Amino acid sequence: MEQREINWKKYIYAFVITAIIFSTAIYLSNYFGQKKIDDIRAIQDKISIDILSSETQFSLLEESSCADLGGQSALSDELNSLESKLTYTEKDRGTNDTEVQTLKQYYSLLEIKDYILMQKIADKCGKPPLTIIYFYSNKNDCSDCEKEGYVLTDLRNQFPDLRVYSFDYNLDVSALKTLISINKVDETKLPAVYIKNKLYYGFQSEADIEKIMPELSATSTATTTKVK
Amino acid sequence: MPNFTNYLIYVFLFISLYYEVFLLITYFEKRLLMQSETARLRHGVKKYPTVTIIVPCWNEEKTVCATINSLLNLNYPKDKLKIMIVDDGSTDGTWGVVQKFANKKQIEIYHKENGGKHTALNFGLEKLTTDLVGCLDADSFVDKDALRNTVVYFEDKETMVVTPSIKIWKPKNIIEMIQKVEYAWGIFVRKMLSYMGAMYVTPGPFSIFRKEVFEKLGGYRHAYLTEDMEMAMRLQANHYKIANSHNSVVYTVAPNALKKLYKQRLRWTYGFIKNVIDYKFLFFKKEYGNLGIFVLPMASISIFSAIYILTLAVFSFLRSIFHELIKINTVGLHWPTWNFDWFAVNTGLISIISLLAFLGTVLIIFVSRKMADGKVKLGMDLVWFFAIYSFIAPLWLTKAVYNSIFSVKTKWR
Repeated sequence: MEQREINWKKYIYAFVITAIIFSTAIYLSNYFGQKKIDDIRAIQDKISIDILSSETQFSLLEESSCADLGGQSALSDELNSLESKLTYTEKDRGTNDTEVQTLKQYYSLLEIKDYILMQKIADKCGKPPLTIIYFYSNKNDCSDCEKEGYVLTDLRNQFPDLRVYSFDYNLDVSALKTLISINKVDETKLPAVYIKNKLYYGFQSEADIEKIMPELSATSTATTTKVK
Repeated sequence: MPNFTNYLIYVFLFISLYYEVFLLITYFEKRLLMQSETARLRHGVKKYPTVTIIVPCWNEEKTVCATINSLLNLNYPKDKLKIMIVDDGSTDGTWGVVQKFANKKQIEIYHKENGGKHTALNFGLEKLTTDLVGCLDADSFVDKDALRNTVVYFEDKETMVVTPSIKIWKPKNIIEMIQKVEYAWGIFVRKMLSYMGAMYVTPGPFSIFRKEVFEKLGGYRHAYLTEDMEMAMRLQANHYKIANSHNSVVYTVAPNALKKLYKQRLRWTYGFIKNVIDYKFLFFKKEYGNLGIFVLPMASISIFSAIYILTLAVFSFLRSIFHELIKINTVGLHWPTWNFDWFAVNTGLISIISLLAFLGTVLIIFVSRKMADGKVKLGMDLVWFFAIYSFIAPLWLTKAVYNSIFSVKTKWR
C-alpha cells in the first residue's frame, strides 16, 4: 500500500509561476496594443498637420495659379497606410472597442477634410478628381461590402491617382452623418459608391467602376494599400 | 472588449499552462533521482525474478513473429522467462505462423475462442506460475534490455507495476511522424506522473505486474476496450504503487493512416471517459493523492478545452481561407508583397499566451527526446505535429464525447 502525499507547496509554486507568466503576457499584450494605438495617433497627427498646412497654403495662394498649388492635396500615402493599420486594429480589438471607434471617427474626419480640399483644388484647376466615396457597414448587414472592399483596394493599387474615401455608415460622427444625408445614402442598400456626383448601390466590379471612370486607365504604377 | 468566448479561452489556457508548469517543476525536482535510476541499472539485480510475457494475438500474422523474436532476444536469463502466446480465435494465418515457435522451450502456445484482448490475457493469467507477468501486444517489439531494466524497479517491495517507455516503430509517413512526437511527449508525462503517484494507464505493451496484483484484484475487464486504463485506475483505487522505467523501451507499430489513427484514438478517449466515470470516486479525494486532486480532473478538463480551443482555431483558419477565396474570386490572384510590418503581428493576449504554452510544449518534447534518445533533435516530425495534430484531434475528441453521452460503443479496429 503506497501512502499518497500531496505536496501543496508545489501546487502553490506552480500557480505563482503560471500567474507570473500570465501577468507577463497581459503586460506584453497591453504594451504592444498601446504602442500600436500610439503609432496610429502619430500618423493621424501628422496627417492632420499636413491637411491644415495644405488648407493654409490653399488660402494663401487662392489668387495664384494652379501650378503653385501643385494640383494635389497633402494627403500622402500615410492616409492609406493609416487605413490598413486601422483595419487591422479593428479586426484585432473588435469593432465596438472604444479606442477603435475614436480612431475611426478621427480618421473619417481627416478623410472628409481631405475630400473637401481636393474638391476645392479641382474646382480651381478644372481637373476632375479621381475620387470614389465608399459607404460600408460592419454590422453583418452588408453581404457585398467585403467584396467591394477588395475591388477598391485592388483598384487603388493599380491606379495610385485614385482616391478612395471609405466610411463606416454606422460611425457616430456628425460630419459623416451630414455627408450621408447630403448624398442620401440608404443604409439598407449598402455597399454604396459615390462616383462623379452619382450614387451606385450594390456590388460594383472593377469592370463596372472602370466603365464609369474611363480616365482611370490613363494612370498606372502600384502601391500597397488597402480599403475597408 | 473580451467576450465570454475569450474568457473561456483564458481559463483553458491558464489551466494548460499550469499543467505544463507543474510537470516541469516535477522534472527539475526529480531529475537527479532520474539520473540515479539510470545509474542503478548498470548494477542490475542480484536475483532475477521469473517472468511470463503473455502475447495475445488476434489476426496478427504480419507482426507476431517479430514480436516473439524480440522477446526471444531479450537480454534476460532464459530459464527465468516464459513467453505465452494466446491466439484469441484469429481468422487469418496467425495460428499457423506461431507454430514455428512450438519447439522452443521458453514458449507456450494456446488457442482459444475469440473473446477480446482481456479474455486472452485472463486465459494466460490462469496458467501463471512466475513472480512477474506482463503483456506484449502482437504489434509491438521490445528493446533487448527492456526487461532487465524493468525488474530493477521491483527491488522496491511497494512497487506493484512497472510501465515502459513506448516509441513508434520506424515512423515513415506523416501520420506516423505525428505520433512519434506524441509518444515522445508521453514518455515524459508518464515518468512525471509516476513520480507524482498519478499514472492512470498501465500501457498494454510491456507493463510488468507482480503476480499478486491479479491474485488480489482479479483479472482484466472489458473496460470499454481499454483494459489497461481500467487496470491502472483499479490499482490506484487500491493504493498500489505504479513505477515507470523510462529506460525500458518498447516499440509499437503505429496506425499508418488517418482512419486507423482516428479509430484508435476514439477508442482510447472513449475508454478514458467511461473509465473515469466508473472511477469517479477517485476525484478530489486527498487519499488518492495527486491523481484524485489534480491529474484526473486535469485530464478530464483537457478533453473539453482541447475540443474548444482546437475547434475555434480550426474555424478561424478555415474562415481566413474562405475570405481569401472570396478575394481571389473577386479580384483574381495577386502574389502578396512581403513588406514586413510589425503592426500585422498579432499581439493579442490569446496569441501571446498560446505562444508561451506552445513553447512550453516544445520544451517538454525536447526534454522527452533527451530522456528517450539521450539527444535533442529538431525534425520535420515536430512541424507536422503542430501543423496537423490540431486539425485532427478535435475529430476523435468530439466523437468520443458524443459516443459517451449517447452510449455509442466503439470498436477495436
